[in-house]
Amino acid sequence: MNKIWLIIKREYLTRVRKKTFLLLTILVPLIIIGFYAAIIAIAIKGASEKESIAVIDNAALFDKSATSVGGMDFTFIDNETEESYKNKYQEKGFNLFLFVPEMDIDHPVQPRLYYSKSLGPATSGRIEGIVNGAIEQKRLIAANIDLQKLNSSKSNISLETLKGKGEKDETLAKVNSGVGFTGGFLVYLMLFIYGTMVMRGVMEEKTNRVAEVIVSSVKPFQLMLGKIIGIGAVGITQFAIWIFLVMGLQFLIPYIFPEFGAQLAAASAGGPQGGGGMLAVLGSLKSLPLGTILFTFLFYFLGGYLLYAALFAAVGSMVNEDPQEAQQMVFPITMPIILSFVIMTQAINQPDSSLAVFGSLFPLTSPIVMMGRIAYGVPIMQMLLSMLFLILAFLGTTWFAAKVYRTGILMYGKKATWKEMIRWAFRKS
Amino acid sequence: MSILELQHLKKYFSTQKAVDDISLSVDKGQIFGLLGPNGAGKTTLIRMITGIFYPDEGNIIFDGKKFDPLNDVSRIGYMPEERGLYKKMKIGEQAMYLAQLKGLDRQHAMKKIKDWFVRFEMETWWNKKVEDLSKGMSQKLQFVTTVLHEPKLIILDEPFSGLDPVNSNLIKDEIFKLAQNGSTIIFSTHRMEQVEEICNHIVLVNKGQKILDGTVKDVKQEFKENIFSIGTDTMPASLNGNAPFEIIGTKNTAHVLRIKEGSKPNDVLQFLLQQGISIHSFNEILPSLNDIFIKLVEGTSPARQFQTIKA
Repeated sequence: MNKIWLIIKREYLTRVRKKTFLLLTILVPLIIIGFYAAIIAIAIKGASEKESIAVIDNAALFDKSATSVGGMDFTFIDNETEESYKNKYQEKGFNLFLFVPEMDIDHPVQPRLYYSKSLGPATSGRIEGIVNGAIEQKRLIAANIDLQKLNSSKSNISLETLKGKGEKDETLAKVNSGVGFTGGFLVYLMLFIYGTMVMRGVMEEKTNRVAEVIVSSVKPFQLMLGKIIGIGAVGITQFAIWIFLVMGLQFLIPYIFPEFGAQLAAASAGGPQGGGGMLAVLGSLKSLPLGTILFTFLFYFLGGYLLYAALFAAVGSMVNEDPQEAQQMVFPITMPIILSFVIMTQAINQPDSSLAVFGSLFPLTSPIVMMGRIAYGVPIMQMLLSMLFLILAFLGTTWFAAKVYRTGILMYGKKATWKEMIRWAFRKS
Repeated sequence: MSILELQHLKKYFSTQKAVDDISLSVDKGQIFGLLGPNGAGKTTLIRMITGIFYPDEGNIIFDGKKFDPLNDVSRIGYMPEERGLYKKMKIGEQAMYLAQLKGLDRQHAMKKIKDWFVRFEMETWWNKKVEDLSKGMSQKLQFVTTVLHEPKLIILDEPFSGLDPVNSNLIKDEIFKLAQNGSTIIFSTHRMEQVEEICNHIVLVNKGQKILDGTVKDVKQEFKENIFSIGTDTMPASLNGNAPFEIIGTKNTAHVLRIKEGSKPNDVLQFLLQQGISIHSFNEILPSLNDIFIKLVEGTSPARQFQTIKA
């Protein structure tokens, strides 16, 4: 036991003490946030850029006093024909020129859109929509339907959702799926990052031949377990730093953005019903069972990590110096991780579908899929069963990996196959 | 009093009988040479002694009791042929880590490490990383980490490879010192001149089996071919059939002769003295271990063939 502790300590300290660890821990979330902010900013900016379009409207579809229709600047051109203007619109500074021929609104003729440089599907779609809207309106008028009455008859209400026999449920489905996705994605990321870290560590020991020195002092199983636990502790440390950073940001936001802070305060004072939009989301977040979510997150992160890290260690012990070899060997392990991610994206929309329930029970996928379901509330039986399966599976893979590892770590020169690995596992010691 | 006794050890792999019924005994304080060509099964044998492999059959008796890898490994020091250290770790920390894994407590280990570092003039290396060391330097570090915990049994696999003569001598002296202080050393190598210089007792392994076992002196006696060198003024131009020897060559100024079967060295001297030839020197030429090694191993194919083993 004392020796495992020494190994854990070494694995942990050599990684945490590196300057790159601290740098990555702090920089990575900032980079991710910055990346998303940039995407959102670009998306908003792209949508808000106004196009200006020249229109010759021979069918009198549009109300000529309107200069801005559906987010586009319309300029109506009089005293020109299609033939004469199509040569001129570029000189006049328009990228787009729409020609609407004379038509019977019951039998519309295709309008023609000229463009100077390029035409995206979004823009042409928008113009189509505007033209169709105008034709529909004309038809309504022709059918003697009062437009004002039609508009006032439209309805736009949202549903109040109640759980079971009507227990109060203030969470929004969107928030649930968002929380589920974030949790599942984090577990997915951590499995990959720390799993491969374990694999690389084992490969390093094997290629440096230090493994033989160490296993003459400790059992191979102790070395493997020490490495897995040590690296797992690095992962938890990283998480702790991230949670700390997020909490810190929450305290800082009101000072950096006073307006937002005030809104936030009002929202928490007024309760979850207090506002719509952003504030409703925040309110909804507050009503989630955060303690339970955090606990299950930790459980599934650790369980999943232990399960997969053992397999990654086994693969690391199999390969020689060639990193490409490692990539091939590791494929059967990464596949279920990727599959769980796919199932998880389904589960956040349909948390009770049979696929989601199966995925959250099956131990190779449950660490990620269960996170997708957790915010919606999971029946306690399923939860306990899933946890039990995960623990059993973790013991199973560790047993398997230990057998493979013991042989693989001292084997040089030859590339082993999965078939051989399985034979090693079931061979008597 | 033997510290290590192997009784009918066997270890079969799926394609090879790596160790096939080897028994041997190593006395306390001995420097024991474990010899054999490449792939003879030495490494497998050593891995069983260090508790890395379990034998398929047979017993290992360590210090009078059945070998218990869990506890006994702390009394064994093993330096594998392929050296292994963590490249990115600082040298001092590395030595400390390996010492602690062998069960030394921190303070004790620190004192030992400092002693050894001073002895090997390595004090200034403490904060260097292994990747910054030359091959010879990391070799010295590896040796220090092997013997740091004062093991009763030290197993060194090719300890001098990559060392210059000065450092080789440094380590050789330490090996003698360790043996004098009661440690037993198992020394595995292909370099026969080192074996002759260092070892008391040797075992030669080939194809998984023991083919020679004895002290260096006995082995040489066993394989001697009654060859002597003799320094004389003159030599009879031709020897008649009565001479108890035949001349098979010259070495420097001396003649090399083989004594015929049934005759003794004294017969040779008598024969020559009777002829009035004055003699300056008369020495027996014993075969070198190198010759014995080659003679015994010759004829077996240099690489072992793979075969299917049904255990």
